[in-house]
Amino acid sequence: MTTSQVARAAVLPRAGRTRRSVPTGERVVGGVSQAVLIVCAVVVVLPFLWTIMSSFKTTNQVLNSPFSLPDRLHLENYANAWTQAGIGQFFANTLVVVGGALVLTMVMGSMCAYFLARFRFFGNRAVYLLMVAGLTFPIFLAIVPLFFILKGLGLLGTLPGLAITYSAFALPFTVFFMVPFFRALPASVTEAASLDGAGEWRTFFQVMVPMARPAIATLSILNFVGLWNQFLLPVALNPDQRKYVLTQGMAAFAGTAGYSIDFGALFAAVVMTIVPVLIVYLVFQRALSGSVVIGADK
Amino acid sequence: MTAVARTLPTAGGPSRAARWRRKNLTFDKITFAAVFLGIPLVVYAVLVLSPFVQAVYYSLTSWSGFDTNQAFIGLGNYARAFQDDVFVTAVRNSVTLVLVLPIVIIALAIALASLVTIGGASSGPVRGVRGGEFYRVLLFFPYIIPAIAVGIMWGQIYDPSNGLLNGILTSVGLKDFASYPWLGDARTAMAATMFVMVWASVGFYVVIFVAAIKALPAEVFEAARLDGAGRFRIATRITVPMLRANIRTSLIYTGIFSLDAFVFMSALNAGGGPQNSTLVISQELFKTAFTKGQFGYACAMGVVLAAITLLFAGIVFLVDRLTGGAEDLSEE
Repeated sequence: MTTSQVARAAVLPRAGRTRRSVPTGERVVGGVSQAVLIVCAVVVVLPFLWTIMSSFKTTNQVLNSPFSLPDRLHLENYANAWTQAGIGQFFANTLVVVGGALVLTMVMGSMCAYFLARFRFFGNRAVYLLMVAGLTFPIFLAIVPLFFILKGLGLLGTLPGLAITYSAFALPFTVFFMVPFFRALPASVTEAASLDGAGEWRTFFQVMVPMARPAIATLSILNFVGLWNQFLLPVALNPDQRKYVLTQGMAAFAGTAGYSIDFGALFAAVVMTIVPVLIVYLVFQRALSGSVVIGADK
Repeated sequence: MTAVARTLPTAGGPSRAARWRRKNLTFDKITFAAVFLGIPLVVYAVLVLSPFVQAVYYSLTSWSGFDTNQAFIGLGNYARAFQDDVFVTAVRNSVTLVLVLPIVIIALAIALASLVTIGGASSGPVRGVRGGEFYRVLLFFPYIIPAIAVGIMWGQIYDPSNGLLNGILTSVGLKDFASYPWLGDARTAMAATMFVMVWASVGFYVVIFVAAIKALPAEVFEAARLDGAGRFRIATRITVPMLRANIRTSLIYTGIFSLDAFVFMSALNAGGGPQNSTLVISQELFKTAFTKGQFGYACAMGVVLAAITLLFAGIVFLVDRLTGGAEDLSEE
């Protein structure tokens, strides 16, 4: 909201109210609307607060007095989750896999989208449609053959194999959003570059990529969140426990079940899984919702 | 690589396409095409497209994965699937999810988005309730959190004796819920699971619809208001018809989301829930493939899942067409 809008919003209703009194029904509807949103906000926030609170309690406190505040901040939960439950190792694995996959996805995605957007060739439309179709297929249909393809390539259960698989499945989404963006860039720029003697490679890396920075940034954020949250691919394709990624390790940790489980550490692990994406979201919130808006138009 | 290069020259338009005529194919351009189009396409074809195609073939075999025996048994796996009570239950649950969730998520998202954008006081300019922007940001929160963390968190919230939900219910005097197993009772397990899935995803669609509503011309709302339309009428008679394309796309995405559901089910009731009441196709497929090693049969389940997805998308498009499609705006 710009300041002028805020000013208008603040001034006008009052002016309206003085001219004709606000009907009771009007006030009721307004109150109900606000109440509905407050209830929704509480339903969203409360689980997080409870989880964070529980992550500072001992298992005994979690089980016996789930609603009281922790007697002190049991930070050992975080230490236990990090070392004993292996969250630290999973965290490092996730950074490697998601980092690698993100770079691969953005490089391959923008190259492919650029080519599809800027060059006419026989089959362009077909390639584009084939890419976009990947957005709608249920990934479950592919998972069994994928297991054996990776096995055949010697990539099964390896972090690079996981990274390249992540990025292959993130490609359709990336290409789908980048193609319209590259299409919208003015053609005169590439023509100028070409007249100045720049080849296709230089045109892309020195002219197009800098111009595409906003799109690359927002898609990187969206892809980061998507890749960080990936669950089925690692569970199916990454069976070695030392190489678990975070989501997979979380599920295994929670799945050890029974009352032997360290609940304080479980809550701490949940908090640690959430925090990185939460930081990214809060820092890039504006850009992120902006990019969802781009997608909504398509 | 050569195949890619050969397809490039076309008799296309003047400026850009002309550069791709054969005589202009310099080393620079050939390597450029090979790398820019070739590498992503090869990765995509090998890791995404080919598994889908192979799955359809495997679904017609009795392949158990680790031996080389891939006996072709035609539709045998499909016949077996529909005589398999557990799988039929899974199909029924998945279909329930895809019939309920998309409509609930999108109706709720539109309602909340309307409140945020045009639900404000009906005097003065058209605007949302106070703090609309704040709610939009807040409601998006659950969407970015790993679904597995959401599932584990809610598993604890639903815990019969130590969970947040029963704690709140008993503290307001509903003592019957003191140790009610939301996820352990076949009557409520599915509904409780659905609630978590709505909780996790609705914010994304709120953001989409907020953006879509803001993109609509404000005069439409002002004119409707001058004609005496209330907020509810504006929402149902103007907003919804004008958002038709967004609603259609969102229905399909929520449909895919509902038919997957694997993460949520794994976190809340990994074994399929009481009396298999939350068992879904994706879970049964995963177990059949990676626990039992019946890969041919699992692929057949995958094809059934894909068929249901396509059927759902088809129904969405059909209903859209039958109810007026793109023309209806002129009627309003």
